[in-house]
Amino acid sequence: MRPKIRVDHLSFYYGDKQALFDISMEIRERQITALIGPSGCGKSTFLRCLNRMNDTIPGTRLEGRVLLDGQDVYAPGTDVVDLRRRVGMVFQRPNPFPQSIFDNVAFGPRVLGLCRGRDELEEVVERSLRDVRLWDEVKDNLKQDALSLSLGQQQRLCIARVIAVQPEVILMDEPCSALDPIVTLGIEELMKRLREQYTIVIVTHNMQQAARVSDWTGFFWLGRLVEMGPTGDVFTRPQQKLTEDYITGRAG
Amino acid sequence: MHPRRWTEFAIESLIRVLGLSSIGFVLLIFLFLLKEGLPAFLQVPPENLLGTRWYPTFDLFGTLPLILGSLLVTATAISIALPLGVATAVFVREVAPGWAREVLKPMIEVLAGIPSVVLGFFGMTVLAPLVRETLDAPTGLTAFTGGLVLAYMALPTIISVAEDALDAVPKSYRDAGLAMGATQWQTIWRVVVPAARSGILTAVMLGMGRAIGETMAVMMVTGNAARMPTTIDSLFRPVRTMTATIAAEMGEVARGSTHYHVLFGIGIILFVITFVLNLVAAGAIFKKRRRGGLR
Repeated sequence: MRPKIRVDHLSFYYGDKQALFDISMEIRERQITALIGPSGCGKSTFLRCLNRMNDTIPGTRLEGRVLLDGQDVYAPGTDVVDLRRRVGMVFQRPNPFPQSIFDNVAFGPRVLGLCRGRDELEEVVERSLRDVRLWDEVKDNLKQDALSLSLGQQQRLCIARVIAVQPEVILMDEPCSALDPIVTLGIEELMKRLREQYTIVIVTHNMQQAARVSDWTGFFWLGRLVEMGPTGDVFTRPQQKLTEDYITGRAG
Repeated sequence: MHPRRWTEFAIESLIRVLGLSSIGFVLLIFLFLLKEGLPAFLQVPPENLLGTRWYPTFDLFGTLPLILGSLLVTATAISIALPLGVATAVFVREVAPGWAREVLKPMIEVLAGIPSVVLGFFGMTVLAPLVRETLDAPTGLTAFTGGLVLAYMALPTIISVAEDALDAVPKSYRDAGLAMGATQWQTIWRVVVPAARSGILTAVMLGMGRAIGETMAVMMVTGNAARMPTTIDSLFRPVRTMTATIAAEMGEVARGSTHYHVLFGIGIILFVITFVLNLVAAGAIFKKRRRGGLR
């Protein structure tokens, strides 16, 4: 399988402080790649390098290359707005806009001008909400304020909002850390379904979650990628002592 | 009692007396306003009071031109200050680099401290001639000139409060907007500004409150002719506001006369208008807060 994203010797700095050290990895198309590691190990920073969200933080610097379908997303002249449409992101805390449910999902198609006319927009909204299995719960209250939904519903809404613009890759930054276990299972089911259409990269500090949902797992430690491989291998036959210690709970 | 308990008690009582007395003073002022103003509504028949002619020397107390004058000047001021103020707030908070924001914000707040008479003087000597020459009008002392000066006075308040409202919008909204592939401008306009809506509304209401109650600057630049602003060109003709009328005539009126009571009556009308404005603003904000939108 060809890599959807290839990262070459990526280093990242917050001012003088180096947060990522020479990271290289391949992210396969239509697979779920989980990035695990203790807090502060750089996995979220790495994730945010993939859609250039770190550009919004002043004083940061990056070395190396991130190739999306072979194109360096940090090359001069790259359309960052288009990149972020192709590489969507779901955040740690559900962050729907303080607007109606409909407007939340319609936001992307509207700003990107993807739909012609109201009918098409309504179709996209319905399809996106169905994809995250939220449609039946909200179809009668689309005008309701999104903030009145439960946290789990809000997070599904955020996922619906992302897939409404039909991205190629979805980055998820600890998408379940604010949610209870049952809702978390629902989101994991959702991820497995979305995997048929999208390339998913998920950052999680929950190793069971990584083991349950992902096809590939990368283990980060102090800004370095210690080990990366098929999830089964990483969890059952880790190549590195550090990985084994972390997974078995002796380190981290 | 123990001496420390005594000082504690004394300080508490002092604070209580001071707090209650300031409430008491406001109440007394309000009662005084009612006492002096209400007779106007009894002594002058309503058709006279709501008439279109303000000639107190002929017992014609039509307050309509004054009310409309105030509203015209205020509306002009707000329609200038609202877009300008919100745009500036967006610039200061969202576009300007950090160091520029540090410099701009206090500078803008200092502008709020310029005495209105200074602005009135500026309006009289600079703006009015400019308006007259540009429009080739007989006089530059017009409702529009007043609106300009008032807009300038309301701007610092609007910018400062609106900027605070924008600043209170969580970063996660901005991140979400940008991560969707929205441009910075789209994110500001479609996410951040709507999320700060109630704060921006407060800003505008505060600015409006300042504009409608302003006296000195308005008196100096609006020409003070009590004509009905009903023709299309009224904006560029002299106008007289409620506040300017009270300020200009109170000094010469015979105490206890009908004219005297009518001036206080105008004060009551002004009070009611600002009160309603504040009520509407507070209502809108309260509604918003209950929806859980203010986070």
